[in-house]
Amino acid sequence: MSSYLRTHLQQLEAEAIYVIRETAAQFERPVMLFSGGKDSIVMAFVAQQAFWPGKIPFPLMHIDTGHNFPETIEYRDWLVQRLGVQLVVASVQQSIDRGRAQEEPGHNPSRNVLQTVTLLDALAEHRFEAALGGGRRDEEKARAKERFFSHRDRFGQWDPKNQRPELWSLYNGRKHLGEGFRVFPLSNWTEMDVWQYIRLKEIPIPSLYFSHRREVLRRDGMWLAVSDVITPLPHEQVESKIVRFRTIGDLTCTGAVESTASTLDAIILEVAAARVTERGGRADDKRSEAAMEDRKKVGYF
Amino acid sequence: MTPDPYLSMDLLRFTTAGSVDDGKSTLIGRLLLDTKNIFEDQLEAVERASRLRGEDYVDLALYTDGLRAEREQRITIDVAYRFFATPKRKFIIADTPGHIQYTRNMVTGASTAELAIILIDAQKGVVTQSKRHGFIASLLQIPHVLVAVNKMDLVGYDQGVFQRIAAEYTAFASKLSAPSLTFIPISALLGDNVVQRSAAMPWYDGPSLLHHLEHVNVGASRNLVDFRFPVQMALRPSAGFRGFAGQIASGVIRPGEEVVVLPSGRASRVRSIVSYEGELAEAAAGDSVLLTLEDEIDVSRGDMIVRAGNLPQASAALQCTLCWMSEEPLNRHTPYILQHTTRQVRAHVDQLTYRIDVDTLHREPAQTLELNEIGRVRLVTTQPLYFDSYQVNRATGNFILIDPYSNNTVAAGMIRREDQEVADLTVANFSEKLATIRSSNVVWERTAISQELREQRHGHRAAVLWFTGLSGSGKSTIARLLERRLWALGCETFYLDGDNVRHGLNRDLGFSAEDRQENIRRVGEVARLAFEHGALTLCTFISPFRADRRFARSLLPEGRFLEIYVKCDLEIVKRRDPKGLYARALAGEIADFTGISSPYEEPEAAELVIESDLISAEDAVEAILAELAARGVVTG
Repeated sequence: MSSYLRTHLQQLEAEAIYVIRETAAQFERPVMLFSGGKDSIVMAFVAQQAFWPGKIPFPLMHIDTGHNFPETIEYRDWLVQRLGVQLVVASVQQSIDRGRAQEEPGHNPSRNVLQTVTLLDALAEHRFEAALGGGRRDEEKARAKERFFSHRDRFGQWDPKNQRPELWSLYNGRKHLGEGFRVFPLSNWTEMDVWQYIRLKEIPIPSLYFSHRREVLRRDGMWLAVSDVITPLPHEQVESKIVRFRTIGDLTCTGAVESTASTLDAIILEVAAARVTERGGRADDKRSEAAMEDRKKVGYF
Repeated sequence: MTPDPYLSMDLLRFTTAGSVDDGKSTLIGRLLLDTKNIFEDQLEAVERASRLRGEDYVDLALYTDGLRAEREQRITIDVAYRFFATPKRKFIIADTPGHIQYTRNMVTGASTAELAIILIDAQKGVVTQSKRHGFIASLLQIPHVLVAVNKMDLVGYDQGVFQRIAAEYTAFASKLSAPSLTFIPISALLGDNVVQRSAAMPWYDGPSLLHHLEHVNVGASRNLVDFRFPVQMALRPSAGFRGFAGQIASGVIRPGEEVVVLPSGRASRVRSIVSYEGELAEAAAGDSVLLTLEDEIDVSRGDMIVRAGNLPQASAALQCTLCWMSEEPLNRHTPYILQHTTRQVRAHVDQLTYRIDVDTLHREPAQTLELNEIGRVRLVTTQPLYFDSYQVNRATGNFILIDPYSNNTVAAGMIRREDQEVADLTVANFSEKLATIRSSNVVWERTAISQELREQRHGHRAAVLWFTGLSGSGKSTIARLLERRLWALGCETFYLDGDNVRHGLNRDLGFSAEDRQENIRRVGEVARLAFEHGALTLCTFISPFRADRRFARSLLPEGRFLEIYVKCDLEIVKRRDPKGLYARALAGEIADFTGISSPYEEPEAAELVIESDLISAEDAVEAILAELAARGVVTG
């Protein structure tokens, strides 16, 4: 009698497939969010398996802040081709132009907060009822209490005190008109799980994750990549360094780490030895002790 | 690439519960810190927050209490999930609040857990909440319970304190079905016995808490016997292809096997098990797969594919345990939506049998269930459900109730069985009667009154009816029914049951061949004593070995020992599995289990053979009564 033991990665993958299929089955109009980051990439590849040999039965949506790394856009277009899915792009610039959102004042403003407006508008415009995201519970303490099926009110808001209990593997996606869900199939994955999975399944990832030489400058304790939207202030020095990115968000708030890790094996060794969380390099989380919780309440992922 | 232990790690999901201030958050913080799963920036954030509060030590609880409201009130108010890994295993902690009004969170955390850590403050000892946590762990059928006696540093690492708490809790837990109970003395604050064995408690020779977590048997709650495949959706990517997507709830399946689709009852065979990485030769509980069938039959979401020879139960009336999770109390007039596997049906609570006081375990009458209350109910559904009892199969025995107006999840449910109200009541009365018989010490008094005199008074002859057969074949069911009939006829009866003697008389025995032999020897002797007192003695024992049964027979006069072979096909008893034992045996959890890993030697010359897979228990009783009459034991 064989024991039918499954490794933890196999169990996490089976769980994620189950959750993605539940989303497709329970909602008429789901959408999958693509951020360019490794988590949303892994989610997209797991989704491909969930519906194999068919195609993913819902579109991929990218919230384009206009502050993307060019590598992210290149990868996005390649991925959409490979998966054969429809791409929906929602633009923060357009939200600003329409007067729905206002650019932060100051030098090299972040558009992180503005994304929320664009996201909510796009969900409403396309009448998407459920948005799949690559969020993980290990990322940040407010996420540790997030559900797989996270209910959002008519304004896209999250009420941490009024979440539906989730028992066994029963996900309750019932809702009133206008309400929505965020769904997190990778809830139980850790950063290490994601990297190991990428290596195991040989999933291609954007070159930004591997070490490369880049012009950077030091700001708020982070190395930011010099670009159209990150330009040096008079006192700032542009340096050329061998760096890579642990997470990929906007140019304005994603810090690079000095690293020579140029292969997945090397990245995994680096992650295993890391003493700082990946979000430690994110300026957006540093603003207050409850920064993430506050952003989630208004509709951020 | 070097072989990476990461790719062979398994997974343990566990839940933690404790009263406010038992040190639960500190323990989790300690586990994460000592296994290097807290990062510097997280630690810095905690240090910063501790300083802000004016504390002179790093309050690890600040790390785990995630939401602002919790940090302000300093209590955990929602289930939080934490992760850590050692080279052996990845752990998912459902960190649940122990605060009184949050029982619903504990139930939530327990629903996916394979192990529960219950924290007890060594200074306070076993308190009401420790018992409540144990009760919920048992209710949700968590296979392993680990009681961590915390704050040992504050009681001078006193062995006596630990032992008293362990003894008291063991006594309490014996009232529950807690399959495995382990006690470890720790100090979460100082790290004693958390990751490393502590030098401060040389009297403790067990493993550290982490060592226990790393080595406890995982997958014990998986049912690998009953194939159940709730269909999530049908996929039709091309004209010629139809596949059914789902996660296998329990059991194992291979291409070529005969299956039945419920509720339609249409039969087919599995053509292939499709995955992205190619077709699979086999898939098991927990795997997310796509099945294709040989025949074009209609299958859609909410249907269940099962193996032809192993069907679940089907009923629209269910006896269940409900945990109420909503501020809105249970309303018996609300047509709730019941979500079971991938299916939703309408259901209402037809009867609230009783509410359980989770502190005293007492049953009390109730009109409704309020937030955090637990009760036994009868549910009636608009369409039959296909289920197994929660005890046998967690995956197909659970459900939630959804309020049709608010759409909120309002209750968690566990199916006990199909509702058979009347049968239920008679069994309860009968147990009381049986208890009276058992406690009657007349049976045990040695007197000079002869067996013949006793038989004269009783109006029947004495005999030993020895029921043998596989576990789950129906021995006890038939014997109990028979005893009731004999009792009604005015007979003096005595009943020896395999499970019961192992709780007391033979508690020191295991299941090796030697121990089984001793088990039967003792029982045989007791049966003879009862016989000498003129009783019709009913013995229900698997008694798999011929030699042992021959020994029991040798203790009695010719013609007074009736061997009754309750014969049932092994596949059928595996499917019935009323105590969930076959599933555990097949999972390798129970050694020397008759029929699975230990042989059963069929009787060669039984006085009576009852084929329990062919006839009902009632008919079996009639057959035995006829046999007793024919032998002149009772008068027809």
